[in-house]
Amino acid sequence: MLQQLSWKVGGQQGEGIESTGEIFSTAMNRLGYFLYGYRHFSSRIKGGHTNNKICVRPTQVRTIPDDLDILVAFDQETIEVNYKELTSKSIILADSKFSPIVPEGCLAPMYIVPFTEIAAELGTSLMKNMVAIGATSALLNLDQAVFQGVVDEIFGKKGREVVEKNMQAIQQGFNQMAEQLGDRLGEWELVPADGKHRLFMIGNDAIAMGALSAGVRFMAAYPITPASEIMEYMIKKLPLFGGAVIQTEDEIAAATMAIGSNYGGVRAFTASAGPGLSLMMEAIGLSGMTEQPLVIVDTQRGGPSTGLPTKQEQSDLMQMIYGTHGEIPKVVIAPSTGEEAFFDTIQAFNIAEELQCPVIILSDLQLSLGKQTVEPFDYSKIEIRRGKLVQNEEIPVAEDKSYFKRFEVTEDGISPRVLPGTEHAIHHVTGVEHDETGKPSESATNRIAQMDKRLGKLKHINFNEPVYVNAPYEEADILFVGFNSTRGVLEELQQTLIDQGMKVNHAHIRLIHPFPVEQVLPLVAGAKKVMVVENNATGQLANILKMNVGGHGKVINVTKYDGTPFLPLQLEKQVKELLN
Amino acid sequence: MVTFKDFRNNVKPNWCPGCGDFSVQAAIQRAAANVGIQPHDLAVISGIGCSGRISGYIHSYGFHGIHGRALPIAQGLKMANKDLKVIASGGDGDGFAIGLGHTIHSIRRNIDITYVVMDNQIYGLTKGQTSPRSAEGFKTKSTPGGAIEPSLNPLELALTSGATFVAQGFSSDIKELTAIIEAGINHKGFSFINVFSPCVTYNKVNTYDWFKENLTKLSAIEGYDSSSREEAIKVVMEREGLVTGIIYQNENAPSYQDQVIGYAENPLVDQNLKMSEEEFNVLLQDFM
Repeated sequence: MLQQLSWKVGGQQGEGIESTGEIFSTAMNRLGYFLYGYRHFSSRIKGGHTNNKICVRPTQVRTIPDDLDILVAFDQETIEVNYKELTSKSIILADSKFSPIVPEGCLAPMYIVPFTEIAAELGTSLMKNMVAIGATSALLNLDQAVFQGVVDEIFGKKGREVVEKNMQAIQQGFNQMAEQLGDRLGEWELVPADGKHRLFMIGNDAIAMGALSAGVRFMAAYPITPASEIMEYMIKKLPLFGGAVIQTEDEIAAATMAIGSNYGGVRAFTASAGPGLSLMMEAIGLSGMTEQPLVIVDTQRGGPSTGLPTKQEQSDLMQMIYGTHGEIPKVVIAPSTGEEAFFDTIQAFNIAEELQCPVIILSDLQLSLGKQTVEPFDYSKIEIRRGKLVQNEEIPVAEDKSYFKRFEVTEDGISPRVLPGTEHAIHHVTGVEHDETGKPSESATNRIAQMDKRLGKLKHINFNEPVYVNAPYEEADILFVGFNSTRGVLEELQQTLIDQGMKVNHAHIRLIHPFPVEQVLPLVAGAKKVMVVENNATGQLANILKMNVGGHGKVINVTKYDGTPFLPLQLEKQVKELLN
Repeated sequence: MVTFKDFRNNVKPNWCPGCGDFSVQAAIQRAAANVGIQPHDLAVISGIGCSGRISGYIHSYGFHGIHGRALPIAQGLKMANKDLKVIASGGDGDGFAIGLGHTIHSIRRNIDITYVVMDNQIYGLTKGQTSPRSAEGFKTKSTPGGAIEPSLNPLELALTSGATFVAQGFSSDIKELTAIIEAGINHKGFSFINVFSPCVTYNKVNTYDWFKENLTKLSAIEGYDSSSREEAIKVVMEREGLVTGIIYQNENAPSYQDQVIGYAENPLVDQNLKMSEEEFNVLLQDFM
């Protein structure tokens, strides 16, 4: 029996590759397995190689393995591009339609199944993906009934007959494969799962649901890969809660509209990727200067410029911390799992209102688009905090049209916040340096007082668990440090190296800015080497780490910027080379 | 009863003596009083430039944002609180250069706010450079040989971008301008109001006298029908944009908010942020 299954389906973009992966993985999720997916796709609609790689096992998984157990190929290109991930224990399932050839040097045996032919005989070649799923289920010795629910949901609207045809396609794929396998039937059977129902979602779903649960009622956004799913979720769900989404003319409008809505008292946000964030920088500065809450999601992708728009990278870190001109208080949060993405999004909205400043939720393409199994979110853990929002009845009558001290210098730097429409609390808001009532002021004394007040707010941040720490050793040989989606691969490598006799700790930074010095410093101090693992070329997190906690002599940059996520075995090799 | 004095504050504008913006400010204050709203129910959102300072000179909620972005801030605010009257304002550089994209899309979107452009055909605060509204051949610091690019026509632009309310005023005719802004506030949708507001320091061509000589009031054109877009485009083209009054109004067009699926009857700001556990569990089901 297999402890874990690594499965990949590939073909031409627009051919139903994604739905093949989707149906297979949804069914596996419902059996109680944990899944983690990676999509290889290009910036085009039709054509070009695409594949979907999924890891399935009965315990939590947050990385894709280097190798493959099963490769399902709808074209020769899929075999050519992916055969290097195959071992002698793997298997290729290929459609007879393209007369597949096993490339020289490929160790895996190939089984040829008439996916398209069977589907066409049943009525439409479109069902070839269902035949492939059936063939896969023969390898795993799965009861085809597990697909019934998923097929019902997808095709139910099209009528009973369509559902039955699709189930027949699965059945025939199974039969065909079973016949060919003979004695090998069930050789790829997975150890059983617990049957528990869990969420299966992409990070963008978790962020969007987090926003909705945090009380967001307005979103302004401009489409961009890999952020658009957040807007699409809000478009589907906000009408159920009375809210609205505006697809704006550009990202500048998106950010400034969100500021306007927050100024009006409604939790609002926008989501984009690096290029969009570049356009929003002036607005982010406005939010900081005018002390208006603002939440922005940055789903990092390969940069700069259009860069690698559909590929993994973590190279916006410095831009997110330092991008704006001038100096403002700003918070940058980087969740690393579906669960963190949900709860950190809620935290982001709370902090934005408590500190009255911009909060960036940093994600990366792999976290945003990779589908993963997540334990159901706990409703009782959703907390909504609105900071110093003053209610109408608490405000005394203003005399002589004097303005409300919206920017009052207080001990913690946080001023009382009132909303337009409030009687007796009229004040001015401006991006020009201003006094406590919002009137422009160039006085040096006022400038210092307001700057100190604004920048000092960050000291009062209330963020739950700023670092994920798994540090079994007081004195470690290696401390791994990472952020966002590298969490799983580092967890896996940590265990591998511990099994090999090394003392390895792991810290995953969840609050990037202000940097959690208190939590990270002792871990760095207690490690011989600090390996900062990140998907960029210049070691941005390593530099941030050195700036905040020192350790210059022992920090080693472990970078990857080819557009793909780290893989466990590859990373192990890279780490060992760097150590020698 | 509310009067225009209730919309006055004790801040002294830093505009040059004789600047057209003083009258625009007075007209907004009078129009707000005439509409009968309280100062705390009005929000003035402005851009950057001499004109952008206006939000600080009116006793109401005011937000002085960034260059060219008054409109998206104003729209976001209106979406959040539909009970507020929201006026966006700024100069011709703000609305027709750096923020032109927002101007066109705000017009198309038709959210119920009023946009007052203080058009002086020059960049004043940066001390006299050409604007998209400067006439061809106009000599400025940045166009010493005269402006090469033709002047942008905001009225034609608005009329061809799906506007539901297009008007133009002249700052020295406060009475007409007040009536226009009042009608704009009352219009259920986006009202676009361009106002000739002379710059007495840097624009020696388009002066008060020049406008008095060249402007035609639409009220003086017999039988002019402001509900006809065709007639509006014709008059604007024939008179090269030198008209004042309500040029076009479509009173029957629904506003953006009227058409948003599921948009709450009550202002969003009054909503309870926390969803119920039942609602939450329904959302979870999507992923199981």
